[in-house]
Amino acid sequence: MKILIKNGRLIDPSQGIDGIGEILIEKGKIREIKLEQKSKRAEVQKGKTSELQSFRTIDASGCIVIPGLVDMHAHLREPGFEYKETIATGTKAAARGGFTTVCCMPNTNPVNDNIAVTEFIIEKAIKEGSCTVYPIGAITKSQKNEELAELEALKRTGCVAFSDDGRPVTNSLIMRRALEYSKIFDVPIISHCEDLYLSEGGVMNEGFVSTILGLRGIPKAAEEIMAARDIALCALTGGRLHIAHVSSEGSVKLIRDAKSRGINVTAETCPHYFSLTDEALISYDTNLKVNPPVRTKQDVEAVKEGLKDGAIDVIATDHAPHHIDDKVREFDSAAFGISGLETAFALGLQLVAQGAIDLKQLIMTMTITPSRIMGIPKGTLAEDADADVAIINLENSFVVDPSRFLSKGKNSPFNGWTLKGTIEKTIAMGKVYDWT
Amino acid sequence: MFKSKDLLGIKELTPEEIYHILDSASGFKDVLKRDIKKVPPLRGKTVVNLFFEPSTRTRISFELAAKRLSADVINFSITTSSVVKGETLKDTALTIKALGADFVVIRHSSAGVPHFLSRLLDISVINAGDGSNEHPTQALLDLFTILSYKKKIKGLVIAIIGDITHSRVARSDIYAFTKLGARVRLICPPTLLPAEVDQLGIEVFDNIEEGLKKADVVMTLRLQLERQSKGFFPSLEEYFYLYGLTAGRLRLAKDDAIVMHPGPMNRGVEIESEIADGPQSVILEQVTNGLAVRMAVLYLLAGVKK
Repeated sequence: MKILIKNGRLIDPSQGIDGIGEILIEKGKIREIKLEQKSKRAEVQKGKTSELQSFRTIDASGCIVIPGLVDMHAHLREPGFEYKETIATGTKAAARGGFTTVCCMPNTNPVNDNIAVTEFIIEKAIKEGSCTVYPIGAITKSQKNEELAELEALKRTGCVAFSDDGRPVTNSLIMRRALEYSKIFDVPIISHCEDLYLSEGGVMNEGFVSTILGLRGIPKAAEEIMAARDIALCALTGGRLHIAHVSSEGSVKLIRDAKSRGINVTAETCPHYFSLTDEALISYDTNLKVNPPVRTKQDVEAVKEGLKDGAIDVIATDHAPHHIDDKVREFDSAAFGISGLETAFALGLQLVAQGAIDLKQLIMTMTITPSRIMGIPKGTLAEDADADVAIINLENSFVVDPSRFLSKGKNSPFNGWTLKGTIEKTIAMGKVYDWT
Repeated sequence: MFKSKDLLGIKELTPEEIYHILDSASGFKDVLKRDIKKVPPLRGKTVVNLFFEPSTRTRISFELAAKRLSADVINFSITTSSVVKGETLKDTALTIKALGADFVVIRHSSAGVPHFLSRLLDISVINAGDGSNEHPTQALLDLFTILSYKKKIKGLVIAIIGDITHSRVARSDIYAFTKLGARVRLICPPTLLPAEVDQLGIEVFDNIEEGLKKADVVMTLRLQLERQSKGFFPSLEEYFYLYGLTAGRLRLAKDDAIVMHPGPMNRGVEIESEIADGPQSVILEQVTNGLAVRMAVLYLLAGVKK
């Protein structure tokens, strides 16, 4: 069936498009995208009516129509932790959040360090998924930081990047080799920057708030030291480095400086790093426990500045769903992570409302830019591209209610927040999800 | 009067509430001097001591305080409770609720556990020490002890020596002393000083001689011996050389300075025996006052409408 989306404001930074227009979808692909000439508006609409019978028409009046969002950093937990999330529930949550593409991290059980796991994820996603899934392979076997995984085999099977996310590659020599070897395939090495000696036992940002809560702190230096190391290794090797979940001012500065020196580094941050400060932890709410930890106001401002000037390229979710039993417990022993897919875009819109970035920038950081970094043909409304579209009402408000998340992970620190920007419909490979 | 059903920390208290507890404690101290030390206010009430960390003195103090008020007392401790069988904190808490307890006195190695219980339970939660966060009844008994010798808190110079980073006693004391207008000095190696603590309105010294000058109150903290292997200082000998409270150093404080320690002491590590047992020491007085303060806390919380 053909789908015609009309009357919406089409915004596609990949083609420099912003205006009222129509998209025609056929056989899961974007067949045609057409901006209305203002003078001909009435005529265009009139002309189409005769054909309407053979179309499913979606009226996107009052909404923006953008490429389906691309999350380059999520944890779908399958295989191994199906009680936290599955590919089915995780991709459904993604679609609910306007995402049509999810790249999933390899810290599953077993770890995605071999083609059997990669194949399992891809097949499972095709069979049960609500959107496209690209696996990220492990850098080292079992993420044990000892020897490289078979990166070529993983790449050939469908992995689009490599990361030991959840833990850093502590051995600098192995990180060097990974950055060198992956040049063969031109895929990014995604670094989880954390000096484990400095962060040991830490459960929140180190600072005044950790002092008055009596919780063990994780200093910003734990992140910045590894970011600096990996930037140095990237410069040394000429590999492609992508720094995950940037949370601190110092990291933003290091990345900005590296880019100005022509080093091939990209970076992402997550909504919680520009929406929350450590002061929120006063309640000891374990839903705020995340690694790296939410930092201070100064860091929040630096992250926003980084998004504005391009030091930070991407907003990813680091969607880390957890079972309630892993969160409703002592702060020290609660799991790290935030279930983020279903609130990410609306939190991003807050940056637009604050004037930190503009709408086009927001969309770029969540569509075409992550697609380019990962080398995947997503994040665009270009003709012949996959029909991945999000239709979003920017004016509608909603109250975040994690109990209604489609993700199994209800662990959201944004519970009860009123946010603007409702996902009205998500179209993934031509399949329409109507959330209204 | 008390707004909260719980005593989670000194952080949450106003100076008025603190004085209210101390006033009430002095009433109970008189009770403790009587021949018959038992009074009836908590008759028919049940106090559960829920101790996830080994503690003798605090648990005994709470137990005796509750008994002096005629409450029934149950002791849950980690070795005898079902925690070792893998029961979650939530289930333990709900079990206590189902048993019909009126108070739970909680000691746990993880900061924030009393707050967690407070949200889960509608009975009174009393923090008996949570991780490195707070130990409010210790600070209250310290205040009570200082007041009994100095008659006021405002303007006193109070020096706290030792491992501030890992000390819930230090935190509760800092809040208590500064709220009532004392000048607090922290004396410790920089490795044992928590981040940005200067924002609490205290002074920091890494030199003990400087920090002790003209102090009215000198408090040493217990040094957890395992901190040495974690690299916070190279050896116990070096720690004592730099930060041990000796007679020579104590002379730098005011002549009438009192010496305090929350116990249990490591003699020869943070404090010389001669000082601990000397005329300026009020360490055993602290223990006695702890009983009165805990009676006051139980008594006042019992009066809060839930």
